[in-house]
Amino acid sequence: MKPIIKLLLEGGSLNTAQMAQVLNLSEAEVNCQLDTLKKDGVLLGLRPVLNLADEDSGVVRAVIEVRITPERGGGFNRLAERISKFDEVESCYLMSGGYDLLVFVNGASLQKVAAFVSEKLSTIEGVLSTATHFMLRSYKEHGFLLGGKVEETERLKVAP
Amino acid sequence: MDQSRFIAKHVINLPKSGIRDFFDIVAKMKDAISLGVGEPDFDTPWHIREAGIYAIEKGKTHYTSNLGLIELRRAICDYVGKNFNVSYAPENEVIITVGVSEALDLACRALINPGDQVMYHQPCYVSYSPSITLAHGVAVPVPTFAKDGFALTVDALRAAWQPGCKILMLNLPTNPTGGTCDRAQIEAIAKFAVEKDLIVLSDEIYSELTFEGVHTSIASLPGMKERTIFLHGFSKAFSMTGWRIGYACGPATLIEAMMKVHQYSMLCASIIAQEAAIEALVRGEDAMKKMRDQYHRRRDFIVRRFNEIGLKCHLPRGSFYAFPDISKTGMNEKDFAIGLLQAEKVAIVPGSAFGENGKGFCRACFATSYEQLIEASNRIERHVQAIVAKK
Repeated sequence: MKPIIKLLLEGGSLNTAQMAQVLNLSEAEVNCQLDTLKKDGVLLGLRPVLNLADEDSGVVRAVIEVRITPERGGGFNRLAERISKFDEVESCYLMSGGYDLLVFVNGASLQKVAAFVSEKLSTIEGVLSTATHFMLRSYKEHGFLLGGKVEETERLKVAP
Repeated sequence: MDQSRFIAKHVINLPKSGIRDFFDIVAKMKDAISLGVGEPDFDTPWHIREAGIYAIEKGKTHYTSNLGLIELRRAICDYVGKNFNVSYAPENEVIITVGVSEALDLACRALINPGDQVMYHQPCYVSYSPSITLAHGVAVPVPTFAKDGFALTVDALRAAWQPGCKILMLNLPTNPTGGTCDRAQIEAIAKFAVEKDLIVLSDEIYSELTFEGVHTSIASLPGMKERTIFLHGFSKAFSMTGWRIGYACGPATLIEAMMKVHQYSMLCASIIAQEAAIEALVRGEDAMKKMRDQYHRRRDFIVRRFNEIGLKCHLPRGSFYAFPDISKTGMNEKDFAIGLLQAEKVAIVPGSAFGENGKGFCRACFATSYEQLIEASNRIERHVQAIVAKK
């Protein structure tokens, strides 16, 4: 794995100047490497991880198990890619087991998500069935714990 | 009334740890960036903490055998066999202790007669020399040098050796220098130990944090298992400093002797920590390797920065300490560290806290976040530039 990718994964909140210091590169070189990663489709973007539990975020999230018919030649890809294109779909995975696609969906309200499932998703030709589960509460997002304030553990400032 | 007259002579004569003095100063300073700690910045991995909680829930709250839980001793023997190439019998060649510190103390008390001489390399962890003194031994320091990457050389051992030396203490990789020895050097040390009929106490607490080459345990060399007590623990590799859990492996006769001291003083190590330690050995390798990789990258960064700043710093091959030479500033290590703390609020530890041979150096622990390391290195740079400009 490239050093810059390791650093992105491990020191996520570093700015490019700090990344340049750690990697012993100029800031321009760091930017250039980031651009290359973007161009190559490796680095797709950087997004904040937020805990919006106390905010009125107005977002309803659901996980949908979708069964679809595979097609000669393309397997599940064409349908999976088509489903992924909807703005409501946050993530989409091909799964082993009892269903084929696991689709994470965002919507402004329960009705909107329900409408998406009944009017858009399930009406696509090749979609055999859907099972929608609404998320009630999040405890961990992308490696960050959400349960209350994270207490800093006290370390001695000087120890042998 | 002067109570101090009641204190035993060998205790009253012990010097106060140089680190303590410094700690008192740092403790008063608010929001200092500290590179002064001697422990990992990671909390213990959750699966290990969870095993400790589970032990409490299951009512594992009693004494264990003096030697420690047999399950843990078995896991240790497997781990040491696999990673250090020495095989020990869990029944009588292993003892679980309260940190490696206790294991070291037990070994000293079990082996040293009053006046016996004990060689140890220096700069080193602060408690080696006092452990010897407290067991009524005579400490014989062996210097290590920056030019050798602070590896222990046989030449230095020969120069320091004198008739009556009985024990050789090793700590490779070393706190505070990060120095260690390659296989050839360890073989030479082993040969010397056999030649002089020394028993070796080998504290290998930083061995998992070896970044270059393969760590070689002296106990694994031919003929050495019988004259080596291998000391190890969980604090550094598994981020378990506060659990206080370590162990010693060695010939049954010596472990039995150490056990005698242990049973009349400590009795046994905490059962909860022992249960968590089993989890660490059985399922902790991935988390440990991940932490080591992170230390490795942080080391490369901080050592490069020290050299850029003009504070010559050898590449520590193990541990999470950098040990830059600060003599270029024209200051001694204590004044430099205090000046840095006062001017820039960055805490590093004066090398002399680790013995005479640490003079002219400071220890900077890089087990902290990139943000802190970057900021600390920038502040140190500013401070050194200010000193040089004044000259």
